[in-house]
Amino acid sequence: MNERIDVKKTLKLYINGAFVRSESGRSYEVKTSTGEFYANAALGSRKDVRDAVKAARDAQESWQQLTAYNRGQILYRLAELCETRRHQLETELSEIEGLSPANAKREIDTAIDRLVWYAGWADKISSVYGGHNQVAAPFFNFSVIEPTGVIGIVSESSSSFLSLISQVAPAITTGNTAVVIASQLNPVSAITFAEIAATSDVPAGVVNIVTGDYHELASWIAEHLDVDGIDLTGIREPEITKKLSQLASVNVKRVLSHHIGNTNYANEPSRMKFWTETKTVWHPIGS
Amino acid sequence: MITGFDVAEVTRSDESLRKFLDSLPNIDKVGLEARAATLASRSIKTTSKQAFIDLAIRMIDLTTLEGMDTPEKIHTLCAKAMHPDPFDLAVPSVAAVCVYPDLVSLAKTHLRDSPVQVASVATAFPSGRSSLAIKLSDTKLAVEHGADEIDMVIDRGAFLAGHYYSILEEIVEVKGACGPAHLKVILETGELQTYDNIKKASWIAMLAGADFIKTSTGKVNPAATLPVVLEMLYAVRDWYRFTGEVIGMKPAGGIRSSKDALKLLVLVNETLGTAWLDPNRFRIGASTLLNDLLMQRHKLLNGNYSSSRYVTID
Amino acid sequence: MDLHDYAAATESTNIVTIQSRYGLYIDGEFCEPASKKYFDTINPATEDVLSQIADANENDVDRAVKAASRAFPAWASLPGSERAKYLYRIARILQERAREFAVLETMNNGKPIRETRDFDIPISVAHFFYHAGWADKLEYAGYGSHPQPLGVVGQIIPWNFPMMMLAWKIAPALACGNTVVLKPAETTPLSALLFADVLEQAGLPPGVVNIITGAGSTGSALVEHPDVAKIAFTGSTNVGKSIMQSLAGTAKRLTLELGGKGANIIFDDAPIDQAIEGIVNGIYFNQGHVCCAGSRLLVQENIVDEVLIRLQTRMSTLRIGNPLDKNTDIGAINSRAQLTRIQELVNAGVSEGAEIWKCTSELPIKGFWFAPSYFTNVTDAHRIVREEIFGPVLTIQTFRTPKEAVEKANNTPYGLSAGIWSEKTSKIHFMATHLKAGVVWANTFNKFDPASPFGGYRESGFGREGGRTGLGAYLKEVAS
Repeated sequence: MNERIDVKKTLKLYINGAFVRSESGRSYEVKTSTGEFYANAALGSRKDVRDAVKAARDAQESWQQLTAYNRGQILYRLAELCETRRHQLETELSEIEGLSPANAKREIDTAIDRLVWYAGWADKISSVYGGHNQVAAPFFNFSVIEPTGVIGIVSESSSSFLSLISQVAPAITTGNTAVVIASQLNPVSAITFAEIAATSDVPAGVVNIVTGDYHELASWIAEHLDVDGIDLTGIREPEITKKLSQLASVNVKRVLSHHIGNTNYANEPSRMKFWTETKTVWHPIGS
Repeated sequence: MITGFDVAEVTRSDESLRKFLDSLPNIDKVGLEARAATLASRSIKTTSKQAFIDLAIRMIDLTTLEGMDTPEKIHTLCAKAMHPDPFDLAVPSVAAVCVYPDLVSLAKTHLRDSPVQVASVATAFPSGRSSLAIKLSDTKLAVEHGADEIDMVIDRGAFLAGHYYSILEEIVEVKGACGPAHLKVILETGELQTYDNIKKASWIAMLAGADFIKTSTGKVNPAATLPVVLEMLYAVRDWYRFTGEVIGMKPAGGIRSSKDALKLLVLVNETLGTAWLDPNRFRIGASTLLNDLLMQRHKLLNGNYSSSRYVTID
Repeated sequence: MDLHDYAAATESTNIVTIQSRYGLYIDGEFCEPASKKYFDTINPATEDVLSQIADANENDVDRAVKAASRAFPAWASLPGSERAKYLYRIARILQERAREFAVLETMNNGKPIRETRDFDIPISVAHFFYHAGWADKLEYAGYGSHPQPLGVVGQIIPWNFPMMMLAWKIAPALACGNTVVLKPAETTPLSALLFADVLEQAGLPPGVVNIITGAGSTGSALVEHPDVAKIAFTGSTNVGKSIMQSLAGTAKRLTLELGGKGANIIFDDAPIDQAIEGIVNGIYFNQGHVCCAGSRLLVQENIVDEVLIRLQTRMSTLRIGNPLDKNTDIGAINSRAQLTRIQELVNAGVSEGAEIWKCTSELPIKGFWFAPSYFTNVTDAHRIVREEIFGPVLTIQTFRTPKEAVEKANNTPYGLSAGIWSEKTSKIHFMATHLKAGVVWANTFNKFDPASPFGGYRESGFGREGGRTGLGAYLKEVAS
């Protein structure tokens, strides 16, 4: 009897809710931690980034205008779907990235729990960090917390799934949309996350995932005038961070990097706050 | 927002009036008060102050509206109206004296052929709570006794109940009863409660043919506050722009100091322009104000501060 | 006499003593600059030289930062309740000397005394008073249970509201336990230098606040100094971008409050007389030298003629001239350079076919002046609609629907302010929700308060000043 040949998955980009090949037609080999060929992933290009930014921009306003309750439910739905696919995720982490099964399990536990943690923030952040301002004049003055807009994210290579969640969730919870450059070394769990997003209720364009080399791609995001913020915490080369931060000044992007502020991934709100704007509204009080 | 209107059409029916009043832009309280406060911070000094003080004197409706008014008080009032400072005949006379109807003929006698006008309150002043017939006969009484100007009150009860058309009709009737006398319509702004109500009442009065719109009776507080005066000046300004007709404005009640009067003139100057800095277009209803103006005038001319001992009490 | 023109009511300058030259205020005393260089500071309304101001070079900046570094440990570890007392003292002394500051500010800036007296100085006082109260309550401010100061903060402020900007910067920095090196704007250093005297009277420890004067190169030296933990900058978007580039890849924190091109949106159900005041206040307040100015007027199409008539009438009553006259509404343009820039942009507008209307007031011969103006027949494609003019120049466009108003208002790289005029509250909230602006004024404009966070979206900068939110610029969260 012949042994059954398994069906391999083509690793594609996730842009505007669709799985697409790189417009460049390029791909690269993804290897397991032991150096064996796993699959060919799409090697994203400048134009893929451009398409992803456009999708993120087009999706942003309506994502922001969903009720916060609804966004929270969608994040929770993401957690639900991660849970149902946790076996796949754990296998990918252990078989491709080389984590021990126990570590893989712990990563996925943490990642799912983190999604749930952020889900609960969606309809609370404005109450906690906005509110009524007691001005010395007859005005009702209040501040609300709004998303910054489109956020570019360079994902970490190590602990790829957990860091992906830890970078994406704080951005999208408040109504930002994201363009993610997935870990070049370990893109598989990012693709799996894209599949989860595609089958959850996350609207197309809210999360876009481009696989490839951030040395090639990140500058296009940093310079892109339709991107409002960029998360460089996945980058550990100071010179690259510096160069991208400089490029980001072109439209006064908000830049999060290892150099500045509290960039750890714990369940605490500073990352989420970083991708928000405070809007303050004045209205007279008079009859 | 209105950009023009036809008086006959607007006043045709309750419905058309209501529709028109609803089309008037609302007033934002905070913004109105802020603008009035900014204008009140103008600093009127030296020659401007002198000119404004004399102008303010010429604009005064020197008023006594007390139950205990006596013939002697009316006599003093008239003498003072003609020559506010008996020792300085350069001081101009005031615009008018303002009295109750039964004292009009007495005032008229004392004023003889001086240019000082006699204004009389009427229409069941100050509450306006009587029948139309009585209000009309009250008006006629004053006119027959020689009143040059009638200061009527609107029926605030009817206004607050939303009976705008009946207010309009009543003013039209009183205007008819005035004959040649000028009609000032008192809104009693302190009882109308909101700036939007004051705006509506101003427009009803103008639509009904008022020659002047006036803030208050002087019997109710608050009276002629700066924001109220400012918004009524806005109404007068808009009326002029859309109809070309001049309507006068008269704040009254609580205006006691020269500073108060100067602020009013600044409001007029910067809202309606210098053309309205004229006793035919702007009056100030007051009693004790005149003395303060005289004392300030003394300070400007002589350099030292005056005392109430040097001006007559009534 | 012409009753319209009030007799001069000029504020006396006797209350102000201006020294013939000022050194740098470092470590609690005035000292000569290492550069040995001084530059003139003038009264822009007369072009008279008021004083000579030290031009700090890199060595001077280094001295100031070192003084601030030395002062930092003791200041940061002082109980918040004690830091608060210093801030309360500063607030009180400023109140006591309010008239002196108002006159000096008007002389050096060119803005009307009415504004310095009624706005700039009182709100500066309020900022110190407000932040004093935070100094011993920082653990409740939402930055963790043990929020910590950052260290030495470098603060670079603009010339449009010299004293108020100083207060916005220094008050929260000190309340949070930081020490400060502040660089006032090149053209308006005098109120900051007088403020050094307030610090002396308040007995603030030496080095906690250092004031160094100079031009752009002084600012650059401060930005680049390795011992500065944070830069707070208010000024132009271009300079803000270059500061971002300088700080890229460093651990220095940064907040930026940059330019704007705010939309002021008038609906046909607006309280029209107050809206007209709001238009005037939005763009002609402080000669239009306001980053959050309502420089783009968007009027609902069906009322634009009426609005223009009313606006012209109102503008013709603006009193332009001697800033020290208490009745002056519009003062001098702050500098020749700014006047030139305004003229250039206005000329560009005219040559692009826009129609200009100007106040006809006679302008003084000496000094820098520009009559309040507005442009009609403009589109989103005109330079004057897109670029910040930072002067008393308004552009007027129309719209038909709330959605179109939102689109037009947001069609800019900036995002600092916006105004909405309507008596329909649900519409106001619709607009406020969709406008991309850090501050939205509904039925008002250009209102400020220390309790109210201020700052922009997009290229208008990041970070907020004022309120609980503003403290975030001067604190770090430290896990306990």
